[in-house]
Amino acid sequence: MAGERTSTMTGILGWFDQRLPVMDFWNKHLAQYYAPKNFNVWYYFGSLALLVLVNQIVTGIWLTMHYKPSAAEAFASVEYIMRDVEWGWLIRYMHSTGASFFFICVYLHMFRGLMYGSCQKPRELVWVIGMLIFLALMAEAFLGYVLPWGQMSFWGAQVIVSLFGAIPYVGEGLVQWIQGDYLPSDATINRFFALHVVALPIALLGLVVLHLGALHEVGSNNPDGVEIKKKKDAKGVPLDGIPFHPYYTVKDLFGVGVFLTLFAFVIFFEPTFGDLFLEYDNFAPADPMVTPEHIKPVWYFTPYYAMLRAIPDKLSGVIVMGAAVMILFLVPWLDRSPVKSIRYRGMLTKIALALFSVAFVTLGWLGMQAGSDTQKLVAQICTVIYFLYFLLMPVYTRMDAVKPVPERVTMHD
Amino acid sequence: MAAESVNHGRRRFLTASTAVVGGVGTAFAAVPFIAAWFPSAKAVAAGAPVAADISKLEVGAQLVVAWRGRPIFIVRRSPEMLATLDGEKDRLKDPDSSVPEQQPEFAKNAHRSLKPDILVLVGSCTHLGCSPKLHTEVRAEPWDAQWKGGYYCPCHNSRFDLAGRVYEGSPAPTNLVVPPYRFDGDARVIIGESEGAT
Repeated sequence: MAGERTSTMTGILGWFDQRLPVMDFWNKHLAQYYAPKNFNVWYYFGSLALLVLVNQIVTGIWLTMHYKPSAAEAFASVEYIMRDVEWGWLIRYMHSTGASFFFICVYLHMFRGLMYGSCQKPRELVWVIGMLIFLALMAEAFLGYVLPWGQMSFWGAQVIVSLFGAIPYVGEGLVQWIQGDYLPSDATINRFFALHVVALPIALLGLVVLHLGALHEVGSNNPDGVEIKKKKDAKGVPLDGIPFHPYYTVKDLFGVGVFLTLFAFVIFFEPTFGDLFLEYDNFAPADPMVTPEHIKPVWYFTPYYAMLRAIPDKLSGVIVMGAAVMILFLVPWLDRSPVKSIRYRGMLTKIALALFSVAFVTLGWLGMQAGSDTQKLVAQICTVIYFLYFLLMPVYTRMDAVKPVPERVTMHD
Repeated sequence: MAAESVNHGRRRFLTASTAVVGGVGTAFAAVPFIAAWFPSAKAVAAGAPVAADISKLEVGAQLVVAWRGRPIFIVRRSPEMLATLDGEKDRLKDPDSSVPEQQPEFAKNAHRSLKPDILVLVGSCTHLGCSPKLHTEVRAEPWDAQWKGGYYCPCHNSRFDLAGRVYEGSPAPTNLVVPPYRFDGDARVIIGESEGAT
C-alpha cells in the first residue's frame, strides 16, 4: 500500500530499506545485475574510467584549496602547490596524469564498442550518452589545461577559442563573449575555473548516471555479441549471466590493481611523460606577446588537431574537425551488420577497423609535429580514411560476409 | 466533479498559455546570465587607445606595442621594401585587400597604410592567433625559395608580404588586420582611434 514498503531486511538496514529503496538499488545494479560471463580484458576500461573520474574529483577538490584562479596568481599558485604545499606535488600529478589516463581509458572503451558492436540495437542510447560524456570530457580537459596559465595554456586557449571566430558574422563577438575580453585574460581563466570545477563535473556525473542507467536497462554486450537475455533459466536469470557483484567487482578490482601500478609509475617517474602529459612549454608563465615556436595541444586532442591543420581553409578546417567528433554519434545507425561482434564479421569490417585505427593513431602523431608538406598530405589522406570508415559503414557492413553467431556465449576453458 | 463537465479546450488553453508565459519568462531570465559573459566595463576600458612614439624607429625596423593585449607591429618600410609589394600580387590570396573587416577604409590601398612607409598591423596570425615573425631579408627561406621579405608564422607556416597580405597556400584565410589608427604629428601613432571615427 501507499506509504508502506515491506523489507526483508531487519535492524538498521531494514529501517533504511523501508524508507529508501536501498536493497532495490543494490540488487538492480550489483547483486542481481547479470553481466555476461565472457567479459575479456577490453571490459575493464569502463570501470577504470569511473575510477579515474573519482580520482579527478577528489584530487581536484584538494587542488582548488590552494589554486588561485586569476591571471596574475594562477601560475605561481600551481608552483606553490608543487613546491610548498605538503604532498601538493603528488595531488597535482595525480590530477594531471589522471587527465591523460582518463582519455586512454575512454579511447580504449570506445574502441571496444566499435569492435564488438556494442552500440547496435538495443544499446544506441548507451552509445549516444557515452558520446556526450566524451564531449563533456574534451571540454573539461581543455578548460583544465588552461588553468595553470603557462605559455601553452594561454596559446592553446587562444587557438581553441579562435576556432569559434571562424563562424561567419557572429564569430568575432562570440570569441569576445567566451573570453570576456579581447584576448584570453583574467576574466577568461576565472570563468574557465568555474566551468571546470562546478558546471562540467556536475554535467559529467549526471551523464555517467544516465550512461549506467541506460546500460543496466538493456544489459551489457559481450565479446561474442550474443544477447544473454534470450536464454534464461526458470528463475528468469540469463544462463550466460553472472551477478556483477561479487564476480565482476572482484574482476574489476584486479584491473584496478594493474591500472594503479601503471598510474603510480607515471606519477612517480614520468609525470610529464616526455612532453606528452604535461608540455614543457607550459612550465613558462603565459605571455600574450610571445608565441611559442610550436603550439600543439595535449596528445588526446592531436588526432582532431591534425585534421584541422590538414585543411587549408580555416572555416572548413573547423567544420571537418567538428564533424569528425559528431559523426561518432551516428555509428549505431551507420552500422548495418546483422551481427555485433568482430568475431563473426567478415574481412571487410576487420580491414576497415584496422585502417581506421592506423589512420587515427597516425593523425595523433601528426598533430604533435611541426607540419611539413609531406605530413600535411599524410594528414589529409588519414582524414579521408577516418571519414570513409564511417561514411562507407552502411555499405561494407551490409556487404560483408558474416559467420553464424552461436546461441550461447563461447568459453575457452 | 463528473468527468463530462471537464472543459478540455479551456484546460489546453491554460496549459499552453502557462507554458508560453513561462518560456518567455525563462528567456528573459537568461539574458543577465548570457550578458555577464561579455567583456566587463573594466575590460572595455582597458581596451582604450594607446600611443606609440615612432620618432626613433629606423628604416626597415619594427616596433611592437601592446593594444588590447595583442602585439601591434609598426614598421618603417624602406623604398626597396615598398617596391616588392607590386611584384608578388599573383601569389597572394587577396592582393587588393578586398575583405572589408581586415583593414579600415583608409588602408585599402597598395601599401595598406595611411602613410606609404609606415605599416601598422595587428601581430596575430589570422589563422589561429599566433604571432608571426618579421623576416626582412630577400633570400631563399625554408618556407619560400623566392622570399621577398615579410611575415612568417611559425605555428602553421602562414606567410604574409611586407603589407601583411597573405600568400596562397597559407592556412591563414585573410590578410593580417590593420587596426584603426591615426597620426598625432609625425612622431606619434595613436592605435585604436582613426580619423573621423574614434
